[in-house]
Amino acid sequence: MNVRLEGITKSFLGVTVLRGVDLELRAGEVHALVGENGAGKSTLLKVLAGVHRPDSGRILLDGKEVSFGTPRDAHAAGISIIHQEFNLLEHRSVAENVFLGREPVRRGQVDRRSMEAETRRLLDWLGVGTIDPATAVARLSVAQRQVVEIVKALSADAGVLAMDEPTAALADHEVELLYALVGRLRERGMAILYVSHRMREVFDLSRRITVLKDGAFVATSATGDITSDQLVRQMVGRPLEALYPERGNAAGDVRLALSAAGNGRVRDLTFEVRAGEIVGLAGLQGSGRSATARAIWGVEPFATGSVAVDGVPVRVDRPRTAVRAGIGYVTEDRKDEGLALRQSVKDNVLLVRRAALRGAAARRAADLTELLESVTVTARGPHQEVRYLSGGNQQKVVLGKWLAVEPRVLIVDEPTRGIDVGAKQAVYRLLRDLAGGGVAILMISSELPELIGMSDRILVMHEGAVAGELPAGASEEAVIRLATGHGIGDAA
Amino acid sequence: MTWRPRLADGTAPVLVVLVVLLVALAFAGPAYAEPAGYLALLKRAAPLMILAIGQYFVVVSGGYDLSVGSLVTAEVVIAARLVDGDDANTSWVIALLLGFGVLVGLVNGLITTKLLVPSFIVTLGVLLVLDGAVFLWTGGAPRGALSPSFRTFGRGGIDVPVLGQVPWSVLILLVVLVAAALFMRGGTGRTLLAVGDNDTAVRLAGGRVDRLRLIAFVLSGLLAALAAILLAGFAGVSAQVGNGLEFRAITAVVLGGVLLGGGRGSVVAAAAGALSLEALFSLLNLLGVSGALESAVQGLIIIAAVAYAARGTGLRRVLQPREPEPVTS
Repeated sequence: MNVRLEGITKSFLGVTVLRGVDLELRAGEVHALVGENGAGKSTLLKVLAGVHRPDSGRILLDGKEVSFGTPRDAHAAGISIIHQEFNLLEHRSVAENVFLGREPVRRGQVDRRSMEAETRRLLDWLGVGTIDPATAVARLSVAQRQVVEIVKALSADAGVLAMDEPTAALADHEVELLYALVGRLRERGMAILYVSHRMREVFDLSRRITVLKDGAFVATSATGDITSDQLVRQMVGRPLEALYPERGNAAGDVRLALSAAGNGRVRDLTFEVRAGEIVGLAGLQGSGRSATARAIWGVEPFATGSVAVDGVPVRVDRPRTAVRAGIGYVTEDRKDEGLALRQSVKDNVLLVRRAALRGAAARRAADLTELLESVTVTARGPHQEVRYLSGGNQQKVVLGKWLAVEPRVLIVDEPTRGIDVGAKQAVYRLLRDLAGGGVAILMISSELPELIGMSDRILVMHEGAVAGELPAGASEEAVIRLATGHGIGDAA
Repeated sequence: MTWRPRLADGTAPVLVVLVVLLVALAFAGPAYAEPAGYLALLKRAAPLMILAIGQYFVVVSGGYDLSVGSLVTAEVVIAARLVDGDDANTSWVIALLLGFGVLVGLVNGLITTKLLVPSFIVTLGVLLVLDGAVFLWTGGAPRGALSPSFRTFGRGGIDVPVLGQVPWSVLILLVVLVAAALFMRGGTGRTLLAVGDNDTAVRLAGGRVDRLRLIAFVLSGLLAALAAILLAGFAGVSAQVGNGLEFRAITAVVLGGVLLGGGRGSVVAAAAGALSLEALFSLLNLLGVSGALESAVQGLIIIAAVAYAARGTGLRRVLQPREPEPVTS
């Protein structure tokens, strides 16, 4: 199916979110939609899905103008959307989810058998026969749930499939599977709109790329005709000369020292992080990167070995002792673990200080006025609830929460996940400034360019242990070799 | 940063409701032509307001306390039995009653946090246990009597220039309200709100989530004991004195715009919710509506208040897509 959006304009309460956006999707094409947060990608998707009715502009399906009053209309016209947060009923089976709302009926009863048979057929066609149509969705992994969403779209005979950040929640090897699925859907003649922040995916998968900025259409280019630098420039509207700030001077004293530390998930960890240093922690999903952070942090404490902060041995058995030992931890899951979303910016920034410190320690903590100003990123000030902030600004609040207690060691786990290029740059600068101020930083990231760009040295983990150490500016190949279990000797 | 008065999210409607009711009272009844009428209303409302303040702590941290109604009954029955009409017993019995409130709060809180039983179930169980115990102990008719000095807290007052006689219960209420408001402005109070919002985040920030929840239950138990002391003096001794008060307190809290499930709402608004409820009952009484309708009215209010809160967020979601667009991020 071919879709044409022409001059789509949409505003909410006087704020124009989309201004005259054009987009054309052709059958059998993967079309990437990119732009910074707030560029209007989600709103455009929702217009296409019939959630929002455009103020002006036209939607043409195979040349015929259509108007969607409700998501149901759009769905009936063959448009399916897979949102970041899936629309699945966890306690129902795969087949029941696929046929939700249009269950086949036989003799007055839902025909479970034909539902499951059809679901099985579609799963097989996609090449993921390992999923049982009768399994409850609650038992499936995130990647498998995504497959269920895709089957749902297939079974509804969708001609257009829009995917919003489909890889945000996937592990590296699961992304490969998604690539394969997208390939099959394309061959079938589906038009696929692919929204992503990840440059590599955009270039691997798409045939054309459309860039939005501030709600306006910037350009549509054939993927082969544009470089990733040019694309980033179109997105931010200015060249990003130095995405990563310059590295600091020589490292200072040892702040964090692990010695033969281990627990059920990691073993024999011996390394140091010095004041002023950013040490990268690389590795595949499940290699023990986050487990290391969570052990240092006391969520799943080390069972053996020792940890010292500034030369003083500390026994961290829960986050509270970690905070009091001067360690901070920015979790990878901002919404579930990092923020109290209904509370204000100020209350979130003060959360650690109030929750974990008492008396003298609390009084010694950082001056708030300046800190609040630096993380208060909206016109509405420090009393705004953080749920109304964008991902990038929320992340600044999470960082602010730790800055308020002036940690000596800061562990950051995926600090730029799901935030746009501009906000990423701000986070990088903030981390480098902190290091410059004498904080020892341990940084975990799945994005290798970021890890390599930021780290003063990189520890690579493999199967729960440190497989090797690489200097600043190591190649991606060298990191991957260590992470996949090839010796450092091969890397040379 | 300049200070400006701020209303916690969801607080404004209850203040409007309260003002409307108070004005309506002035039109409906001659007793409300002067301050004394409103003071009498406050005096009548004080026990419920204190209960609502206690309930607020538990609700805002993500729980419910259903035990307060039968706790009030138990406290009153115990008081009558132990005081036994003798003024000499007043002070130690009051200390004991407050201690019993704390104890019930500890039991509620420890079972909820350590055995991980939902507070709704725990406090429902404690409600039934206290009910049964009171019945077993009294056989349905409480024995003993309160002493005059005990009853002063619920009935008596102190002469204040300008206002005339101000009831003790109103003064006690004001002290509790101010203390609660200050507590919620402080670090512990703000963290308690955050616990109701996202307890994982608080735990990972180094907070002691279990202890905070425990504090909420203990405060609720303590304030229920205080409310019982006022009620006993005001309404007298009976084995039904606390009936239904737990739901009345929860209704008051919800009417005050506090989010069931925790994380949002102000304690002053919860108290205002209790006062509104009492004012509404007074108004209905003045208009000649049967007292039997009270619980029906209360039922409608709790449904309407929760529906209003849900509709509010629903509408907001439609009107303002979260700024700018965190979903795509």
